[in-house]
Amino acid sequence: MLALVVAHLVVALLLPLVSVRSHRTAFLVAAVLPALTLVWALAQSGVALGPGLAETTPWAPSLGLELSFRLDALALAMIVLVSGLGAVILVYSAGYFGPTSEEATRSAALVLTFAGVMLGLVLADDLLTLYVFWELTSITSYLLVGQRGEKRESRRAALQALLVTVLGGLSMLLGFVLLGEAAGTYRISEILADPPRGGMVPVALLLILLGAFTKSAQLPFHPWLPAAMVAPTPVSAYLHAASMVKAGVYLVARLSPAFADLAVWWVPVVAVGIGTMVVGGWRALAETDLKRVLAFGTVSQLGFLMVLFGAGGRIAALAGIGMLLAHGLFKAPLFMIVGVIDHATGTRDLRRLSGLRHSMPGVAAAGVLAAASMAGLPPLIGFVGKETAFAAFLDEGDSRSWAIALGLLAGSVLTAAYSARFVWGAFGAKAGKEPTPVHHAPGPLLTAPVWLCVVGGLALGLAAPVVDALAAGYADRYVPADAEQAGYEIALWHGLGLPLLFSAIAIGGGLLLHRHRKRVRTLAYRSPFSAQNGYENTVAGLERVAVVVTGRSQVGSLPAYLATILVVVVVLLAPATLAGGAWPADQVLYHEIAQVPLGIAVVVAAIAVVRERRRFTAVLLVGVIGYGVGGLFVVDGAPDLALAQFLVETLSLVAFVFVLRRLPSHFTEQPSPRRSQVFKAVLAGVGGIVVAGVAVVLSGARVAPSSTSGQFVALAPEGAGADNVIAAILVDFRALDTVGEIGVLFVAAAGVASLVLATRYDRGRDSGQGTPRHEKDVLG
Amino acid sequence: MTAAEPERVPFEEWDRPQEGWLLSGRCRDGDDRTLLLEVATRTLFPTMLVFSLYLLLVGHYSPGGGFSGGLVAGLAFVLRYTAGGDVGLGAVVTVRPPVLIGSGLTISVLTALVPLALGAPVLSSAKLEVVLPLVGSVSTQTSLLLDVGVYVLIVGVVLDLLRSLGSGIARDMRDAGERF
Repeated sequence: MLALVVAHLVVALLLPLVSVRSHRTAFLVAAVLPALTLVWALAQSGVALGPGLAETTPWAPSLGLELSFRLDALALAMIVLVSGLGAVILVYSAGYFGPTSEEATRSAALVLTFAGVMLGLVLADDLLTLYVFWELTSITSYLLVGQRGEKRESRRAALQALLVTVLGGLSMLLGFVLLGEAAGTYRISEILADPPRGGMVPVALLLILLGAFTKSAQLPFHPWLPAAMVAPTPVSAYLHAASMVKAGVYLVARLSPAFADLAVWWVPVVAVGIGTMVVGGWRALAETDLKRVLAFGTVSQLGFLMVLFGAGGRIAALAGIGMLLAHGLFKAPLFMIVGVIDHATGTRDLRRLSGLRHSMPGVAAAGVLAAASMAGLPPLIGFVGKETAFAAFLDEGDSRSWAIALGLLAGSVLTAAYSARFVWGAFGAKAGKEPTPVHHAPGPLLTAPVWLCVVGGLALGLAAPVVDALAAGYADRYVPADAEQAGYEIALWHGLGLPLLFSAIAIGGGLLLHRHRKRVRTLAYRSPFSAQNGYENTVAGLERVAVVVTGRSQVGSLPAYLATILVVVVVLLAPATLAGGAWPADQVLYHEIAQVPLGIAVVVAAIAVVRERRRFTAVLLVGVIGYGVGGLFVVDGAPDLALAQFLVETLSLVAFVFVLRRLPSHFTEQPSPRRSQVFKAVLAGVGGIVVAGVAVVLSGARVAPSSTSGQFVALAPEGAGADNVIAAILVDFRALDTVGEIGVLFVAAAGVASLVLATRYDRGRDSGQGTPRHEKDVLG
Repeated sequence: MTAAEPERVPFEEWDRPQEGWLLSGRCRDGDDRTLLLEVATRTLFPTMLVFSLYLLLVGHYSPGGGFSGGLVAGLAFVLRYTAGGDVGLGAVVTVRPPVLIGSGLTISVLTALVPLALGAPVLSSAKLEVVLPLVGSVSTQTSLLLDVGVYVLIVGVVLDLLRSLGSGIARDMRDAGERF
């Protein structure tokens, strides 16, 4: 399974080579791997529905990190969405992106990358593995929504999606760690088999739920999803309808069998889920952009799925899997249809579209079928799923279940209403409006994927036992409450009963709402709260706090910074050393006569630097101090250290001189006031004495050579093949430090270059950063 | 009776070099050339580069190593820049400094990661020994490659300093109409 995930990434890396020749071929090549993945997963369905197929690759065994994967019923259902719909949408993309599209090369590679990491997410059997893939999906989504970053709107939407989902992701990581430590294992299958209770577990679960809610666009984090609709339509269809936004639902589904009996788990899930379902549906009635209508619809349906998976119980879980498949199979084609309409007419605003059912009858038929599935009309899979959902809660009959069922009914009425609104908006002939001209008819690459999904939804509705077999593989993790629950099966026809009545009410209510659409829209438009404003205010507030804090702490005065550092050093070090340290008894003034003149030279140079008024002389004097210290290294028998010290000293002298060309030759014209001079002198003196004293006390603390040094010396010739123990330490024993340090140098050099070379463009009226000239300067 | 009077040269210009003393590149024009520095650079520059390679190779057995070697090489370029100005520097170095820095880091990180592919822990090293005709047995460590990465990176950092603090500031001053 790891091989499959890696194969996705490798092919994605090579895909630009194909894109250079032809975008269309690139998308078609990209579709092959997800299709193969689906075939592989379906071929394994026997094992998956039974014990499950597990695979573990040790990653860092000494840290207990491993990449474990597991294919079971839930993963299989998700793979149908991730890989199945992924392949279909990639084929659709081949028709959607034109041969001259600038987005196509990036998009093809990134969509395939996403398919790979999403596959890893649904197969992961380890909390940390899951987390890694979880964040990778956020990053690919960021790159896909932001496109080439040329439009402000795309950048904002991409950033919002990233901030919200990564915030949730971090909280989820915290929850994972708490849960993993409480359970003593990070393997998900083991946690599910023996779920931990008490202690920090409730906190862990709440943190994990926060991650799931942000990822699946639940109240009040949902605005990122409609905002992300600026992405190309195939991306919206795949990431923001079929797969990525289901990650949160998937996580709830994954953990519910172990935790659904805890109120801390099911109460937030059910409350937030129903709230999201109703609010999302309500807001969809106000939108005029078809994509945003669908996006709020997705928000609403995700809330629905949350309730089904989080409430616990066998029938609810059956309904969850049913609705999961149904949502993928109707929402993806609906998005693709919007793309087709956009292509053909150049608009997706339902106020400007009219009469498309005559000019594009085939697409309209597919759209009606998909929307009917969304509204819950028989014999489509959407109806089957919704029937089961109502049955799950009406069957139990207590007040909690009735409340949930009524909440779902309200959401379903709205769902039917916005389904009708979509069909009317996209295809209906509006009174007093010319039919929208169709520029070019959609080709088979655009329509075939739509029909494939729609027919799939119809076929699964008719072949409900297939869905039941898959769903039961997941739902049988729950212990059924009674015989009726245990024997319940997903089926197209359950006879007349409360669930059917609820379905009928939902459809009827929805059509009624649609009939009064003008009044409803005005109401829905005037929403008293706006979660989007909430997000924007939060971000703006954070920025304001950052400005205030930075303004207070970064005053821009070098003496102030130095004074802060010195005061901290003195206040922290001096009392600790006085309390715990002892002056070494055998401290001598010097142990080599050569140290005396060197020491005197350093001290004299230091005093002279303080008294010097000219910058150039001061720099030379600092150089003298540096060379003097290097000399002390030579005397003490550290040639490597001395060599490096001399070279660095020389280089910094040169760098200083370069900079001095641009600075006045003297430090200041008029001396600073007497009082501040005295303060600085006292602080500097105390600081110097404390550091010197601490150095002596600390060097006296070691009574014998450290055992590590002895080991280094002993091991250097054989272990590292070096006579020079310093070299052995640098490139062998502590080589990781060396790699880290050169990494720091790398960053520092980049920083210096951009600071020095960028300022040149900032003097003008507007910043020249990011212009080709500036980039050429910084990059060399 | 009297030999032809030698042409009088103003005192300030008596040691201004008339020809290209640096090995390659155009000479900078104007008053900033000095004969002494250019002649010294011509001999010192290659010597320092060779010395830096010596330091790099000998680092495993005596004082030296990639860091010191890289700094010596970098200082050779600093000398050359001081003598020849940015024009001379540009003629010698055609690799962009950021590329050099990046390659250095890449070499080191790859050296660190290659043992993983061979099933050994990260950053492990091995001894290499070859017997060359006439020379005899020559041995080195794979960790030398790590040092090579450090060397390349340090050279890149110094060249980048020359580019930003040296020619960058010089260009700013020229643009501002200041003399330097």
